[in-house]
Amino acid sequence: MTEHAPSALTRRAFLAAGSGLVVSFAMLPPAFAQEGGSAPAPWEPKLPGSLSNDPFLDSWIRIDPQGGITVHTGKAELGQGIKTAVLQVAAEELEVDPHDLALVTADTSRTPNEGYTAGSMSMPNSATAIRNAAAQVRILLITEASRRLGIQPGALRAESRRVIAPDGRSLGYGELAASLDLHVEAVPDAPLKRPESFRVMGRPVPRVDIPPKVTGGVAYVHDLRLDGMVHARVVRPPSPAARLLTAETAAVEAMPGVLGTVRDGNFLAVVAEREFQAVKAMRALADAARWEEPATLPDMTDMPAVLRSLEHEVGTVAESGSPQLPADARRIKATFTRPYQIHGSIGPSCAIGLTDGDDLTVWSHTQGVYPDRQAIAEMLRMPVERVRVIHAEGSGCYGHNGADDAAADAALIARAFPGRPVRLQWMREQEHAWEPYGPAMVMEVEAALGPDGRLSHWNYDVWSNTHTTRPGPAGALLPARHIADGFPPELPQLSITRSGSGDRNAVPLYTIPNKRILWHFVREMPLRVSALRSLGAYANIFALESTMDEMAIAAGADPVEFRLRHLDDPRARTVVETAAARFGWPGEALPQGRGRGFAFARYKNYAAYFAVALELELDRESGNIRVQRAVSAIDSGEIVNPDGIRNQTEGGIIQSMSWTLYEQAVFDSRRVTSIDWASYPVLRFASVPSTVEVHVIDRPGEPFLGTGEAAQGPTAAAIGNAIRDAAGVRLHDLPFTRDRVRAAVGV
Amino acid sequence: MAIRLTVNGVDHEIDSEPETPLLYVLRDELRLNGAKYGCGLGQCGSCTVMVDGQAVLSCLMPVTLLEGREITTVEGLGTIDAPGPMQRAFIEEQAAQCGYCIPGMMMRAQALLQADPEASDAQVREALKWNLCRCGTHMRILRAVGRARELMRQANAAAVVGRAG
Repeated sequence: MTEHAPSALTRRAFLAAGSGLVVSFAMLPPAFAQEGGSAPAPWEPKLPGSLSNDPFLDSWIRIDPQGGITVHTGKAELGQGIKTAVLQVAAEELEVDPHDLALVTADTSRTPNEGYTAGSMSMPNSATAIRNAAAQVRILLITEASRRLGIQPGALRAESRRVIAPDGRSLGYGELAASLDLHVEAVPDAPLKRPESFRVMGRPVPRVDIPPKVTGGVAYVHDLRLDGMVHARVVRPPSPAARLLTAETAAVEAMPGVLGTVRDGNFLAVVAEREFQAVKAMRALADAARWEEPATLPDMTDMPAVLRSLEHEVGTVAESGSPQLPADARRIKATFTRPYQIHGSIGPSCAIGLTDGDDLTVWSHTQGVYPDRQAIAEMLRMPVERVRVIHAEGSGCYGHNGADDAAADAALIARAFPGRPVRLQWMREQEHAWEPYGPAMVMEVEAALGPDGRLSHWNYDVWSNTHTTRPGPAGALLPARHIADGFPPELPQLSITRSGSGDRNAVPLYTIPNKRILWHFVREMPLRVSALRSLGAYANIFALESTMDEMAIAAGADPVEFRLRHLDDPRARTVVETAAARFGWPGEALPQGRGRGFAFARYKNYAAYFAVALELELDRESGNIRVQRAVSAIDSGEIVNPDGIRNQTEGGIIQSMSWTLYEQAVFDSRRVTSIDWASYPVLRFASVPSTVEVHVIDRPGEPFLGTGEAAQGPTAAAIGNAIRDAAGVRLHDLPFTRDRVRAAVGV
Repeated sequence: MAIRLTVNGVDHEIDSEPETPLLYVLRDELRLNGAKYGCGLGQCGSCTVMVDGQAVLSCLMPVTLLEGREITTVEGLGTIDAPGPMQRAFIEEQAAQCGYCIPGMMMRAQALLQADPEASDAQVREALKWNLCRCGTHMRILRAVGRARELMRQANAAAVVGRAG
C-alpha cells in the first residue's frame, strides 16, 4: 500500500473526476478549504445519511488487491430486505454487479455503529451513506486510473470492476485500490449517478437471503451450530413482580445431559448437552421453584381510566391558532383506545453466548449490536471492549421484542460455562409473556368544522407511555432486572421530538388553522413496553383518520375529496389520488353488510406517504369481519427495489389487519395470561383478503424515505371506516373483535 | 436402544431419548435447519414436515413413533443449486419476508399438492390455515403455492412424455 496525503488526493479527485459537475469550494468541509488556502468554509454541510457519524469511506467500502469488494453496513437484515437494497445501491454506484459484492452487516468488530435498525431509517441512513461512499470510491478509482493511464477522467468509464479507457486499455479495481487510501473522509456533495443511467437501482433484484431460507441453509441465529455448543433454557418468573423463594436444583442437575443450573436472584436457567434435554430440565426446574407473586397488574378491563390516572406530566406536541372551539361550532368529540399488543415473532428469541478468557461474544438478532453490547457489558460489569455482539438473523421482530433480552440471557449463562458456546432459545410462552409490548393508549379528539366545510379546529390528547425502552442502559435488559445485584429500568422522560414516540403522527398533516396536540405522558409502566412497528403512529393515525371520516360525513363530503381539501403537499395528494383511482373509489353502491374505507398518512409527517382503500364484509350474526380487497399507494422516495417496497407494504397492511381485528394482550392481577397463539389469536389464512395491491410511486432523485412502517396506522383506520360504511357504527376501541362488532351493530 | 429414521431418503440411527419430539432430532442430532421451533404446542406450523406424505407437526411427534416411516423436510425438496418446484416457486414469487415460517408452509403445501396435484386455491387456503405467518407474507405464499402447482404439473407432464419416449 502506497502512502498518500489522503485528503489532498481525495479533494482534488472530486474536482478532476466530477467532469461536467461543479463541486464548489464553499460546499466542501473546512479541511479542503484550508488546504486550498486561507479561506474558511462559510458553513459545513452535513454528510448524507450515516456518513455524518462515520465519514470514512473505508468504514463502508473496502477493496482488496485482488479486486474483492466488501460493503459494510451497521444495519441488520430483519426480513425487510435491507441486504439486497444496500447491495443494489453499492453496485449501482460502483458500476459492478451486486453478486460481485460481499456484505458484512451489524457487528461491533467490523461495521460502523449505526445505532438501531429501526424507524424505517435503514434506507435514509445506511443506504444513503453506502450509496454516497460507493460513488466517491468509484470517482477515486477513476482518478487513479486517469493518473496512471494519462487520460482525462471524463474519458474513462467504470465497468465490471475495471476502469476502461477509450483505447481499450483497462485497470482492475484491485490494482487501482492497492495504491489508494480509502481511509479518507467523504465529501457532502459528490455527484451520484443519475436515474436515467441506473442498471441496478429501481429494479426488482431478487432478495439475496431467500434461497438459503427456502432450502434449509443456515439462515438464522437459531441455525448456528458452534463447536462444543450446549443448550440453555431460562425459567422465567411466573409473573412480572414474582420473587424466587426457593429452587431445588439438585434433582435437575442429575438429569440426563444436564451440565448445570444458574441461579442469580430471580434469574434461573439450566444448561444441557442437547436441546430437548434442556427443555425437559427447564420444566423440572420450573416445577422445583417456589415464587412469591404480589398482585401488581392493573385491571385490564379499565385500562383507559388506569392510563389517565397515571398521567405524570403533559407535553405540548403542537399548537397553532386559537385551539379553543367556538361555542356554536359543528363539532365531533370521540375517544379511542388501543390495548397492549405483542410483536409475536413466530420464532422465539434466541442467542448464543461464548466466554473465552476475558472476552465475551454474543450472536444475536438484536436490532442494535452496539447499544446491546453497551447494556450487556454494564450488566456483567465488564469493559465494553471485551464484548463483541454479532448480528445473525432472527424471526421477524417488528420492533423491540425479546432479542436483546435473550442475548443478555445467553451472556449471563455463558459466563458460567466458559469455553462452551451456549445457545439459549426462549419458549413460546416466554416470548408472549416477557417481550416488551406495544403500549396501551387512549386518544381523545375534538374537532370542529368551519362554515366553509373545512376543518377549523383540532384538539387532540393522547395518553401513552414512552414507546422506547431499548438497551443502552443495562436496566433495559430483562435478566439485568432479575439478577441479585441487578439494574432497575431507567425512569422514562417525556421528550417531544420530531419523529415522535407516543405522539408519533399525533399531529395531522392536514391543513387546520387552529389546533393543539398534547401528550399526557404516562411514566409508570404497569406492563413492560417498548417499540412496536410504527410506535404511537398506529393508534394516533387510527384515531385521526377515523375522525377525518366522521368529519367528512358531517360535512356531507366524500371522504377522499374531504381529505384532499386539507392536503397541500402534492406528493400526499398523488398518493391519495392514486390509491383512490386504482381502487375505483367511490364505486357503486354495495349490498348490505359490505363497506369501503379509506385512510392516509405520511409516516412521522416527514417519511413515506401511504394511502389505502379497502372493502370488507361484516357478518352481523357472528361479528366476523373479512377484508376482501385492499388497494394502496406508497411514495417512499426514490425506489431502490420496487418489489422490496411492495413486499414490506403488503406485509404492513396484513399485519395491521391482524392487530386491528384480533390482537390484545390479556392479564389478571398477577400474570399475563395471553401466553400462546390460542390465548392471543392472530390473522390466519382463512381471513386473508382475496387481493392486496401496492402501487409504488417512484420519485427519481428524491431522498430515500423508508418503507416498513407506513401502512400500520392507515390500514387500521381504513378498516374502521369501512365498518362505519357497512354498518353505520363507529368502533373506537381496538381490536375490532367479533364480540365488539356484534355489540356495536346491536345483535 | 437406537431408533432408525429415514429422513429425505437417508437412513439414520438416532440416539436421542425415545420421547424426544422429531423437531429436536432433526435440528439437534441431524443438523437440519428446515423445520423450525415456533411454539412447541402445535399452534403455528413452523415445524411442519412430511411423514409418509402427510403434513405433520414435528414439535409434537415423539421420534419413537416414526421408526420406518419416510420423513421429508424442506431439505428433501431440492438444494440451493438445484431447487425443487416448491422451492423455485417461493424464490420466483419472492414469497418471504423474514422467512422463518416459510419451510413449514412449503411442507404443508407440498403434502397437499402431492396428494392432489389439482388442489384449488380454496383448498390451498384451507390447508395452510394451520400455519401462521407474522410478517404478512400471506398473499405471496398463496401465489407461490399456485406457481408450485403449475411447476409440478409441468414436471409431471415432462416425466410422462419422458417415459412414453
